Amino acid sequence: MTQLALVIDLNVCVGCHACVTSCKQWNTSGPAGSMSDDNPYGKDPTGTFFNRVQSFEIGDYPNTELVHFPKSCLHCEEPPCVPVCPTGASYKREEDGIVLVDYDKCIGCKYCSWACPYGARELDEHQKVMKKCTLCVDRIYDESLPEPERKPACVLACPTNARLFGDVHESESEVSVTIRESGGYQLMPEWGTKPANHYLPRRKTKIKIHEDELIRADNPLKKEGLKPKTVVDEATLDDVTSW
Amino acid sequence: MHPAFSVIFLTTLIGTGQGLFLALFTAQSYAAVDFVTIQNPGQFYAYGSVIALLLLIVGLFSSFFHLGHPERAWRSIARWRTSWLSREVIALPAFMFFVFIYGVMHFFGWDPTIITTEQPLQGQMSLYVGIIGTVLCFALFVCTAMIYACLKFLQEWHSPLTVVNYILLGTASGFTLATAYSAVMAPELVTLFGTWATIITLTALVSRSASLIRNARIKHKSTLQTAIGVRHSNIEQKAMGLMGGSFNTREFFHGAKMGIFRSIKWIFLVLVFLVPVVLLATGMRNSSIDVLFTAFAIQYIGLLAERWFFFAQANHPQNLYYQTV
Amino acid sequence: MSTPKPIHDPIKQPDSERIEVKNTTCYMCACRCGIRVTLRDGEVRYIQGNPDHPLNKGIICAKGSSGIMKQYSPARLTKPLRRKAGADRGDNEFEEISWDEAFSIMEERMVKLRKTDPKKFAMFTGRDQMQAMTGLFAKQYGTPNYAAHGGFCSVNMAAGMIYTIGGSFWEFGGPDLERSKLFVMIGTAEDHHSNPLKMELSKFKRQGGKFISINPVRTGYSAIADEWIPIKPGTDAALLMALNHEIIKTGLYDRDFLVEYSNSAELINMDENSTEYGMFVRAEVPEEEGCFDPQNKLWWDRATDQAIVARRDIDHDPYLLGEYALKDGTPVKTAFQMLHERLEEYTPEWAENITGIPASTIRRLAHEMGITARDEKIELPIAWTDVWGREHNTVTGNPVSFHAMRGLAAHSNGFHTIRALSILMSLLGTIDRPGGFRHKAPFPRPIPPCAKTPKGPEDVKPETPLNGMPLGWPADPDDLFVDDKGEPVRLDKAFSWEFPLSVHGMMHNAITNAWRGDPYPIDTLLIFMANMAWNSTMNTEQVRNMLNDKDENGEYKIPYLIVCDAFQSEMVAYADLVLPDTTYLERHDVMSMLDRPISEYDGPVDSVRVPVLPPTGECKPFQEVLLELGTRLKLPAFIKEDGTRKFRNYPDFVVNFETEPGSGIGFLSGWRGKGGEKFMKGEPNPNQWEMYEKNNCVFHYELPRSFQYMRNWNKGYLEWAQEHRLTRYAEPINIHIYSEVLQKFRMAAQGKTDGKQPPDHLRKRVETYFDPLPFYYEPLEAQLSDKHKYPLNAITQRPMAMYHSWDSQNAWLRQIHTYNYLYVNPVTANAQGIDDGEWLWVESQWGKVRCICRYSEALEPGTVWTWNAIGKASGAWGLEANANESKQGFLLNHVISEELPAHDAGEHVSNSDPVTGQAGWYDVRVRIYKVGAHEKHVTSPQFDAVNPVPGQPQRKSWLGWFAGGKK
Ligand SMILES: Nc1nc2c(c(=O)[nH]1)N[C@H]1C(S)=C(S)[C@@H](COP(=O)(O)OP(=O)(O)OC[C@H]3O[C@@H](n4cnc5c(=O)[nH]c(N)nc54)[C@H](O)[C@@H]3O)O[C@H]1N2
Ligand SMILES: Nc1nc2c(c(=O)[nH]1)N[C@H]1C(S)=C(S)[C@@H](COP(=O)(O)OP(=O)(O)OC[C@H]3O[C@@H](n4cnc5c(=O)[nH]c(N)nc54)[C@H](O)[C@@H]3O)O[C@H]1N2
Ligand code: SF4
Ligand code: SF4
Ligand code: SF4
Ligand code: SF4
Ligand code: SF4
Ligand SMILES: [Mo]
Repeated sequence: MTQLALVIDLNVCVGCHACVTSCKQWNTSGPAGSMSDDNPYGKDPTGTFFNRVQSFEIGDYPNTELVHFPKSCLHCEEPPCVPVCPTGASYKREEDGIVLVDYDKCIGCKYCSWACPYGARELDEHQKVMKKCTLCVDRIYDESLPEPERKPACVLACPTNARLFGDVHESESEVSVTIRESGGYQLMPEWGTKPANHYLPRRKTKIKIHEDELIRADNPLKKEGLKPKTVVDEATLDDVTSW
Repeated sequence: MHPAFSVIFLTTLIGTGQGLFLALFTAQSYAAVDFVTIQNPGQFYAYGSVIALLLLIVGLFSSFFHLGHPERAWRSIARWRTSWLSREVIALPAFMFFVFIYGVMHFFGWDPTIITTEQPLQGQMSLYVGIIGTVLCFALFVCTAMIYACLKFLQEWHSPLTVVNYILLGTASGFTLATAYSAVMAPELVTLFGTWATIITLTALVSRSASLIRNARIKHKSTLQTAIGVRHSNIEQKAMGLMGGSFNTREFFHGAKMGIFRSIKWIFLVLVFLVPVVLLATGMRNSSIDVLFTAFAIQYIGLLAERWFFFAQANHPQNLYYQTV
Repeated sequence: MSTPKPIHDPIKQPDSERIEVKNTTCYMCACRCGIRVTLRDGEVRYIQGNPDHPLNKGIICAKGSSGIMKQYSPARLTKPLRRKAGADRGDNEFEEISWDEAFSIMEERMVKLRKTDPKKFAMFTGRDQMQAMTGLFAKQYGTPNYAAHGGFCSVNMAAGMIYTIGGSFWEFGGPDLERSKLFVMIGTAEDHHSNPLKMELSKFKRQGGKFISINPVRTGYSAIADEWIPIKPGTDAALLMALNHEIIKTGLYDRDFLVEYSNSAELINMDENSTEYGMFVRAEVPEEEGCFDPQNKLWWDRATDQAIVARRDIDHDPYLLGEYALKDGTPVKTAFQMLHERLEEYTPEWAENITGIPASTIRRLAHEMGITARDEKIELPIAWTDVWGREHNTVTGNPVSFHAMRGLAAHSNGFHTIRALSILMSLLGTIDRPGGFRHKAPFPRPIPPCAKTPKGPEDVKPETPLNGMPLGWPADPDDLFVDDKGEPVRLDKAFSWEFPLSVHGMMHNAITNAWRGDPYPIDTLLIFMANMAWNSTMNTEQVRNMLNDKDENGEYKIPYLIVCDAFQSEMVAYADLVLPDTTYLERHDVMSMLDRPISEYDGPVDSVRVPVLPPTGECKPFQEVLLELGTRLKLPAFIKEDGTRKFRNYPDFVVNFETEPGSGIGFLSGWRGKGGEKFMKGEPNPNQWEMYEKNNCVFHYELPRSFQYMRNWNKGYLEWAQEHRLTRYAEPINIHIYSEVLQKFRMAAQGKTDGKQPPDHLRKRVETYFDPLPFYYEPLEAQLSDKHKYPLNAITQRPMAMYHSWDSQNAWLRQIHTYNYLYVNPVTANAQGIDDGEWLWVESQWGKVRCICRYSEALEPGTVWTWNAIGKASGAWGLEANANESKQGFLLNHVISEELPAHDAGEHVSNSDPVTGQAGWYDVRVRIYKVGAHEKHVTSPQFDAVNPVPGQPQRKSWLGWFAGGKK
């Protein structure tokens, strides 16, 4: 059984928000749109986005890490948002595991958003229906697009390739391999929602220097006579021992 | 969570309506076994049912304000197998239907005896309707409460106490209303209703306090650490990815100042429990219509505060992602 | 298995007849990525990165993805406007006029000025990408008063590196992250090459490279650094000098590289009484004088123990260090010896106190760099020939790379800091080598590049083109653009003794100087694409007053102000005449080899923009405006011999313009020649635009592999470059560890030369700062500030999702940055009793701003910072008067001054690097304190809200963008 998902590599995400606005522009004019904005030019502008990038500071100065954290619907394998929906508007596609909202059934009761621990759903204040990341279902199956572009808009946009897309149930897919090899994890595992999206942790590279690497026979300073020449007239073992 | 007035009114109004119906049916049951006698039972039950039904209708009506697409509300019965909301949507009209039938039967005195027993049981048919109504009434209480109680990560709600509280608080307000109502329509029932109203209110005090104590001690399972998957004791959100607010910052936060939030708790404890119990006691003594209606009005207002607090206190794990509100 | 069919089909595709897809080039920032624009019913539906574009390879950023909201923004200007009679500048009160009227107004004024005194017309342009054309226009007009944004942007980076290695970061070169093992990023938040850099950084990290960021603040890229090294602002020279110290002390420098490819081993005259003191000793006068470094210097031969001509083409083994005496007794030292001595005092311990970085960390850094460079060497099997004719079977690389930007550049000690960095990169042997720094065509250039400005007032004549380039690269004091008394000829005082190497001009002083009439008053100021009434000006509040200031007769001190902008910026409000420009989706543009193209390491690349939408309203591309003006003013380049218009329109101009008649060099280097068979050089090709269009709007020439590295000394490359007219000479470009150019200015200041001499009050300044070797000094403003009173440094940085002031009009982007905070380390804030989220004042000796405090642990405690240009003036940018940008957002520029406090160099000396004139944005010293209990929680200063101008599109109260109308 296929389960499509995103794998987000926090090790390379620079928090540029490309995934945020590329998502918005693709989806607002697509079947999932429009995605309304209120007070677009006034005080406290606010709008519908399927994806947000947040920033967290970890630790105290000077040992501070800064993690940029993109978050969209995680397409849970046990999505708590689906069974609670009274109309059946929220559904999980069996063929690929994508969790979607049927806008024409949705009554806008918001209950599913309460049932999502991740805050991944947003009510469109003008269409009055619940919206969320569709995993760009309208792109990934669009045969009029060239094969390499049949990917979510955010994945295509991401400058650091921090967003990988694929089937997490297929054990040899790029995403499955990366999850295995780079320590992919799920958010809030405590609720048994089994998010299909995974995150990859920060990984650190260190340079290890051995003392002796600083001492080398070919040190160019020797050529300039700057490394001390050994003094000849002091005592050596030769002077005191015979074997 | 952000307390929506539509939902506050919905749950409190139908709770009272349900409680009132239970009170009426209690009276009829008592009357059936001759514990009490009622001067004018037909009118009493009928008008009582009308009031209960009105409360239910207004509640239902108010719930529509919560919907983005009320015209599609009919669709919400589709998922009764999995959704408590769907179940509530079925249980509410079903219950209303039986309250309606119950009232109509009493109004027209259409109450055939179906089974002959040795005891002088009157109005058997309405009794059976009442029993079905009662079952539906409890089912409705359970559905309503389970909408909240079933969300396991809303730990403040995810408890049997939520169900108990919904039942007790709705019933208490219904009985208080019944007490006031009976002072007008059937003063002989004032003591019965008043006593029950007091007992249920006090029981509700116990269970609601239990949930307050429980919620005060809740250790939330989700933390910033599990939310973003970083193990470190010192994590601070610096940006939410938006600055002018979003659905996530509006729907899941009560938005009140901490002082107000805390005082609402004390306000509802006084208004729902303390004042009504005192007023009920006073009102029962002299069957004072004014005092008893005041008791109900204050309790109902208190319930609005209680329901506000119920929502506001629930801390949604999604808020971990929206810390800089 | 499948789910029951939903009513709302989530996959529904609109009919393809409504869809159109066009390629062009993004301009939501200066990175210039290739984009693919999908239109539906003629409206923009989707903008994606063009996967076939060499620069961004399909990726796109947050801004690029929000182009729709710029195109349909309510801030758009759509009509030519004239300031209403009776309205003051700044009131934003305009009336519509026709283009014809607009042209007549300009023509009348400009003809008159050109007849009398062309320098009274000044033209300054901001973040544009058409300096080749604007510069040409200014030159043709005959005014020296032209510059683009470079002077206030990053000229230190350009000059510091180009005067040292013949190339630079910025848009001229960068780190080869594909092969690097250690990458050190200094003072960079986002930069111009932002998308490719992100792409490369990620690959680099995934390959296991180590990424170090040196920055007082950890944001953006630094977030993913393996190590973050916080540093006190303005002290990087101290760090870099200490790194150089340690690298030399431990012998971790690449000796061969320095001997072969730099002037390190070459001998300097140490005879203090000689007029040649501090200059390289030369064997003979070169046969040809030209814009190159003649190969006639001496070095000390080890075998014969004497000075011989430094010839790399024969067997050689010179000393790198040492002091010697020539036969005539002249004492000499190698340049490296001079550097070595200079570095003596710059120990890590010394630097620790200044930079705040522990000495042990500095040592470790030096060792990591040195050992990685030495032990992780890359050998590519690429044979190449050096300029001295030696064959090499491989290209070697020392895989340590750097990138640095305005964190170094935007300080008044930036030039020397960047020299120190260039020297570090050279010591490590990483110049134009795999895994190190790589040039991008048309770089490397000779040191300094050949272009020169005119040399005196006589070069500015009525009705005559300027005798020289408006901007150039002085090689010695005689190249300065000054009058007999040594006073500036240019309005901005660039190329004067105050800022001799101000190679990008000094736009940041244009308004103040024009207002004060120092060095002279002007008549007409044309500002194109620069928001100088707001974020690209220092001392914003006063500058706004200057723009509106009148003399005793009630005449404006700056008599006439023309602004060409596409949006209702703060600057527009001050214009007498507003010219509405098109957006990047509506016009032709070229990213030309004559300017700063988008070249890759592997060869030259230039690109174009083609319109994907018709102009909105009466918008007209500024290029068309210049063509029309040039024709009306009869500027030679724009008219035929009979005086009639030469070019139909801008595309026609681009195709047919040649730098000189028949030169074959024009704006675009691809598909030249009649049928497009040539490149770089060749006759105009009438179908050039179509050919670019067909090729994703780019031309990319990939150099043969053997020409791709060591280009300063690569015979094949240099000859190729010469043949294709990228350069005049195919001479080697040796690295200037020791800068003789600087020494020449110092000698002049010391009165030891015959040529141009600085005015006396500037002698000491020039002598001090024209040190041929880098040194650390405290930024000028800090030297002149009370640091007890103002203990903190205040800096800004670029948010990735906003470009300068451009994007507050953008409904999507402004949701990400609706306003800005002042970030403060909690320790610093607590000392003032300021809570997280509280309002505070940030105050410098120049002014103060009220803003909101936000705690950050990712910040050096002696520094406060904010995002650049988020704050806006009320009512500007199509925003409502109470938008957060103007009520909570703030502009740090109010506390930054364009001039230094009066000191011995003068009363009104620009707050700039004394060598290059680079604006010292990040030098300001501040203090912070809580706001009073009764003060308003609103940003201060506040400016009266302005209304929209005629022609601005209606502002919608909500948006639900759906291209092609509702479903
Ligand atoms: N405090 C502080 N100030 C700074 C800096 C800093 O780091 N700190 N950085 C400085 C630097 S490096 C720079 S480069 C400057 C940038 O400063 P500016 O060059 O002034 O950049 P902006 O103000 O964003 O944009 C200039 C104008 O271009 C207009 N514009 C946008 N698109 C078009 C177009 O297609 N056509 C036309 N005609 N106009 C258009 C905008 O409307 C705007 O008014 O800021 C400087 N200011
Ligand atoms: N998204 C986006 N991209 C842009 C722009 C934009 O506005 N938005 N602007 C473009 C322009 S015009 C330019 S010039 C470039 C500029 O590109 P950058 O140079 O990357 O721009 P700044 O934001 O000025 O970055 C300065 C960095 O230096 C740090 N810094 C300040 N002082 C010091 C110091 O003394 N030492 C060290 N080590 N670090 C210091 C700051 O914390 C900041 O991180 O970006 C270009 N790209
Ligand atoms: S992330 Fe939330 S909305 Fe998405 S599937 Fe999981 S529970 Fe549902
Ligand atoms: S808001 Fe729509 S999708 Fe969500 S639970 Fe209600 S009906 Fe279902
Ligand atoms: S997969 Fe598509 S809908 Fe989901 S966040 Fe990415 S772009 Fe948005
Ligand atoms: S586009 Fe990529 S790098 Fe940028 S914020 Fe999104 S995931 Fe991170
Ligand atoms: S980096 Fe600049 S040019 Fe490239 S897509 Fe983003 S805004 Fe456009
Ligand atoms: Mo800049």
